[in-house]
Amino acid sequence: MAEFWTVDFVPLLAASLSALACALVGNLLVLTRRAMAADALSHAVVPGVVVAVAITGLSGSIVALAGGLAAAFAASGLVAFLIAAGRVEPGTALGVVFTSFFAFGILVLEWTGLSRTGFDIHHVVTGHLEGLIWVSRDPGGSAGLVQAFMDLPQVVFELGLVLVLVVAILAAFRKEFALLAFDPVFARASGLPVGLLEAALLTATALACTAAFKSVGVVLAVAMIVCPAATARLLTTRLSHQMALSAAIAFATVLVGYAAAVFGPRLFGSALALNAAGTIGAVAGLALAATAAWRARA
Amino acid sequence: MLAVTPPEALAPAIGRLAVEGLSVAYRGVPVLNDVSWEAPVTGLTAIVGPNGAGKSTLIKAILGLVPSTGRVTIGGRSVDAMRDATAYVPQRATVDWDFPATALDVVLQGMVREPGWFRGYGRARRERALALLDRVGLADLAGRQIGQMSGGQQQRVFLARGLARDAAILFLDEPLAGVDAASERIILDVFDDLDRDGRLVVCVHHDLGTVSERFADVLVLNKTVIAAGPVQVAFTPQNLARAYGVPLTV
Repeated sequence: MAEFWTVDFVPLLAASLSALACALVGNLLVLTRRAMAADALSHAVVPGVVVAVAITGLSGSIVALAGGLAAAFAASGLVAFLIAAGRVEPGTALGVVFTSFFAFGILVLEWTGLSRTGFDIHHVVTGHLEGLIWVSRDPGGSAGLVQAFMDLPQVVFELGLVLVLVVAILAAFRKEFALLAFDPVFARASGLPVGLLEAALLTATALACTAAFKSVGVVLAVAMIVCPAATARLLTTRLSHQMALSAAIAFATVLVGYAAAVFGPRLFGSALALNAAGTIGAVAGLALAATAAWRARA
Repeated sequence: MLAVTPPEALAPAIGRLAVEGLSVAYRGVPVLNDVSWEAPVTGLTAIVGPNGAGKSTLIKAILGLVPSTGRVTIGGRSVDAMRDATAYVPQRATVDWDFPATALDVVLQGMVREPGWFRGYGRARRERALALLDRVGLADLAGRQIGQMSGGQQQRVFLARGLARDAAILFLDEPLAGVDAASERIILDVFDDLDRDGRLVVCVHHDLGTVSERFADVLVLNKTVIAAGPVQVAFTPQNLARAYGVPLTV
């Protein structure tokens, strides 16, 4: 049990917080058929974070989040500009902008030597959940729970903060986001500030992606934005139910996926563990496929 | 009666809808060219014209939903300033009816700006939305997912959502297209209520045979204004022939 708290608890907590933030945002993106844009956005935040960290020399959460947000807005603005001014087809504009942003981020990683420190490109893509261990400076000491809580890795607090921000944004504008997703033209005709609402949704998405990529990786962020919401979409006809269900599915997916990473190889007699972000993403995809197959038969 | 606001606060009080030199182009191709039109103060007005005449575009341009040049005013003020005097009922085909929402959810969307950020719609607005669903004959289906309704029922949900804005001027895009007889009867009854309340209804209409019995005024459109005014004056075979390019009897 002690091993669970030291080795497994923090990765599970980090993956859960990140999965919840991504899944909640994902509901609106899936409903507006913008899952691909979320995929693109999760890659586009990378150069923002890398440049922000390289310039300031700080790898703190606020710096990284601000960099990610800036990159998300720059990329979205550039996509909108290409569509409007260059008459580029939207899918093409997304593909061009976000791949070049991601590529630029990798270049900066290499140039600045950041790739040899905390920002391994491998970790950016598939995450580094296994690196999150919880070593209390005062095991069993008198300071007890509070001390142990403060010894949690910083990334847990970052992810917690981001989840709170994402939930706050979605809760504040829940009526408005629902209308915007269903009928954006009526929303505008009713006098809603559509541009501001889109910016708020972009902010929530970029926050979820940026926070995710430092610990759980881009792959898991994309899987968690798309799969739980798409699965829940098949199971209910109410938006509020869909959002709650997507959160539950995201959490269950993390538990099952993490267990698969830890115990899966042992079933085949291997002492190695799999990459947890990979197995969680795979479980999310399988859950969606199974639900779709079941709905198709019903 | 559909009035939440007292009748004296309706269309005559906010002033006339006026369009001056309105032009819209899509990728360099003109869709509307120099449209000038002064709408009647109240009552039921049809916009008619052939396919591609720019009828839907005119409504959208008036409401500022597509880029345009020219001036649109309500009582001398910009449409943005008079936003709450307007309601828009779009064509049914413009949204995804598989969306996870009930009929009641959709009607409530018409009140989206009333409660303010963070707040839900609240009980009073739910009651009001239910009453509006009742007015369009759908009280029984308030909790039904919108994809599980007939085309006519969906159109009535859209109408109820427009009514929820309690606006002096309502713009409707083909509300009678492809609806069953029961839905048509109910929609026309609601139009009569709106007329009695002293509101202005501007309705894109495709069925020339029913214009004179259902509408008091007409705007005959083909990229620009062919004729406008009371039906007896403007809805003539000559004007229709000019708009449609073929002789038509009405």
